[in-house]
Amino acid sequence: MSDPVYVTDALIAEDIDAYLATHQHKDMLRFITCGSVDDGKSTLIGRLLYDSKMIFEDQLAALETDSKKVGTQGQEIDFALLVDGLAAEREQGITIDVAYRFFNTEKRKFIVADCPGHEQYTRNMVTGASTADLAVILIDARNGVLVQTRRHSYLCHLIGIRHLVLAVNKMDLVDYDQATFDAIVADYAAFAQSIGIESFTALPISGFKGDNITALSANTPWFTGPTLVEHLETVEVDTAADQALPLRLPVQWVNRPNLDFRGFSGLIASGTVRPGDAVRVLPSGKTSTVERIVTLDGDLEMAVAGQSVTLTLADEIDCSRGDVIAAADAPPQAADQFEATVVWMDDDPLHVGRGYWLKLGAQTVSVTLQQPKYTVNVNTLDRLAAKTLDLNAIGVTELATDRPLVFEPYAQNRSLGGFILIDKLTNRTVAAGMLNFSLRRAQNVHWQALDISREAHASLKHQQPAVLWFTGLSGSGKSTIANLVEKKLHALGKHTFLLDGDNVRHGLNKDLGFTEADRIENIRRVGEVAKLMADAGLIVLTAFISPFTAERDMVRAMLPEGEFIEVFVDTPLEVAESRDVKGLYKKARSGELKNFTGIDSPYEPPLYPELRVDTTSESPEDAAERIVAHLLARGAA
Amino acid sequence: MTARLTHLQRLEAEAIHIMREVVAEAERPVMLYSVGKDSAVMLHLARKAFYPSPPPFPLLHVDTTWKFQAMYELRDRMAAESGMELLVYQNPEATEQGINPFDHGPLHTDMWKTEGLKQALDKWGFDAAFGGARRDEEKSRAKERIFSFRTASHGWDPKNQRPELWNLYNAKKHKGESIRVFPISNWTELDIWQYIQVNDVPIVPLYFAAPRPTYEWDGQLFMADDIPRLEKVLGKRPEIVERSVRFRTLGCFPLTGAVESTASTLSEVIQETLLTTTSERQGRVIDKDAGGAGMEVKKQQGYF
Repeated sequence: MSDPVYVTDALIAEDIDAYLATHQHKDMLRFITCGSVDDGKSTLIGRLLYDSKMIFEDQLAALETDSKKVGTQGQEIDFALLVDGLAAEREQGITIDVAYRFFNTEKRKFIVADCPGHEQYTRNMVTGASTADLAVILIDARNGVLVQTRRHSYLCHLIGIRHLVLAVNKMDLVDYDQATFDAIVADYAAFAQSIGIESFTALPISGFKGDNITALSANTPWFTGPTLVEHLETVEVDTAADQALPLRLPVQWVNRPNLDFRGFSGLIASGTVRPGDAVRVLPSGKTSTVERIVTLDGDLEMAVAGQSVTLTLADEIDCSRGDVIAAADAPPQAADQFEATVVWMDDDPLHVGRGYWLKLGAQTVSVTLQQPKYTVNVNTLDRLAAKTLDLNAIGVTELATDRPLVFEPYAQNRSLGGFILIDKLTNRTVAAGMLNFSLRRAQNVHWQALDISREAHASLKHQQPAVLWFTGLSGSGKSTIANLVEKKLHALGKHTFLLDGDNVRHGLNKDLGFTEADRIENIRRVGEVAKLMADAGLIVLTAFISPFTAERDMVRAMLPEGEFIEVFVDTPLEVAESRDVKGLYKKARSGELKNFTGIDSPYEPPLYPELRVDTTSESPEDAAERIVAHLLARGAA
Repeated sequence: MTARLTHLQRLEAEAIHIMREVVAEAERPVMLYSVGKDSAVMLHLARKAFYPSPPPFPLLHVDTTWKFQAMYELRDRMAAESGMELLVYQNPEATEQGINPFDHGPLHTDMWKTEGLKQALDKWGFDAAFGGARRDEEKSRAKERIFSFRTASHGWDPKNQRPELWNLYNAKKHKGESIRVFPISNWTELDIWQYIQVNDVPIVPLYFAAPRPTYEWDGQLFMADDIPRLEKVLGKRPEIVERSVRFRTLGCFPLTGAVESTASTLSEVIQETLLTTTSERQGRVIDKDAGGAGMEVKKQQGYF
């Protein structure tokens, strides 16, 4: 059998134009390799690069030197060294991140994500898998199906990879024994079926020796193919399959060079589009017709999933970044509550109830997550109860966004169902998720329009509502000052209400403790109550430590602009501790009291409070006067 | 009926998508433009991404004053043709100290390029900079993100980069922080050449073989692009021989090795590239510093 990789070389030398014409029409397949630490991933990829002539002479020379210096293959070339990247990794001898590699055969260009097999790195594997059309799962023929094999297969299936290859590697070390191979395949088949993997392709290979990689090996006469490369060259890529779905174009950018041109730019997520096609813009639901598909090289007759385009529409309808242009007769839905599967990727665990940014396509919204319904143990695939999600945890949870998202279930459309979560404070990407479905209550629970508006409530009281949010350490003087302010307002004939931290915990929040999660929920509830009272026209005063910026900002976002007035009662820890009115600091210092703000739990001071009170230089009476004056000056009272 | 997208079409679509994301989310983006073939492709992609608008960001050339004359010519022409603002930055300290590739070795790259780039980004307050780096160029680049975060002091921490899933990029950052964005991360050298051919992208003529004045230095062949200046720095006139040469990469002319070649058309250049057995960066001095981890160390210091 001919070697499919080398035949092109002659053509390069003889007729470069013919070669280029062929190469120009190659398509592209993205795949990932996953396996345990010693399954030979890097070696296999090194082999693929080597065989497709993607190693140059100088690199090879360096490789030979390095192989002798730090290689694990004695005097032979250690292909793994070719693939290893960062310096830290070379020292440890393991892959610590996702690396992308490239090679060509005569039929295709390939992008390989080299995914780590190390225990802690679920995050990296999910990352590599998210862009892959196919996964190669490596098994050491000597070890058979391991816990790691199950984990990798589960993750590939979770991310929705359509093509799975089971590469039984190191066949040379089991004397190319067919019975060994068959037993592993049977074992894997039983497992695959149990988690819903419909099909996979099993191959006996040796990455080190090169068996069944590009050519069928004489060492395995019982194996009839295809070889690994043949298989990679022929499977269907995802963008081709996506063309069969209805049109979805998430609008990234509105192109307005002048008043006569308004184009909508984006990457077509699914379907095809032609001038004249009827389209619907989501979430508004307005319809129009595609006028032109505009490019620098002239207008197109048609564009398909996987292309970045600019469309113009026949009608002047509202459409901006985050909207989705869809087939008029099969539009996606919009919802604001979902069930989702979430993979946590950050050292800082999920804070239930805290606001995160959710990015899906070109839409970025604020979202809160509920306590997980369950998490999945990726080794046993058991479902476990959990209160939060830690690094590398996979859980199913419900989430609510602050405005409707145009979406489709991930299983139907990766682009409209896959999302990332971003921490609002650190800006880190903390999780990846997949929308499973929208919740019925999101469709059925609507806001009841009220005849007596919040303006009506307020005007009857001759005041503008506000929430004066006092934040600061325990013992900083929040309650004292808030009490004084309320008395002064009351004397002025204002309708007020003071929500105090200690009092609320005796009733509304008596089920909550002092863990970070409970503190967030505590503030969320108080925020909701304060908002309802402000809606009723009251001036609300709250005195809570409220240590986290994210939660204070969450409450701020609940209220109309200008109604949230953050008062930072700024008392240094030493001063608050020396006062220790309730004896709490003493208890915290002795370890009797856990998670005490300032001692073993952080306090994030407000960066831009509306008012700041320095209690070391201003008396409570003076501070209260100043706060009332501020309120009156802005016309809120 | 399904249309089969070629690998070049998919790579183009990906790069355009990335550029549009940056323009939508960053406050002040800029495109780093080094006038090489990768920059040429980047500029072409930018024009496609925003057509009929001109790309809504300026081009920034961090100059070392030691580039080939032909590069300066193409740079000015392309800026005019694309309708983009061209910003040129030369590190004033390097100018003052007369930093050059002969007397100052690695300091030349450090002062003009690494420091120059940081200074330029700070000067204009850019929060996102497009660069033409590719993952196939060098080992440590294979793990580089498409959106690469830099601290306010332009540092790069390989262990602290954000995961990138699907085609979702997190462009959120704090004041002072910036992102380097690499839209052609997934392109190989061959992809670049083919794209140039298919799209008629203008490139510097130095990529094609022609008779040129050359001299030997440290066992490598160089082009005598500015003989009086060479003489001044070297203290003598190097022995100049006319040879048919071309360049596989373009940088500072005294640092960019020429290869003897007769490839004078794009097809011939690609043919030579495919048949050649030495890697693209081999002609450059930068990777050889600091053993196997040269580029990684440079990146941590803020080199692109």
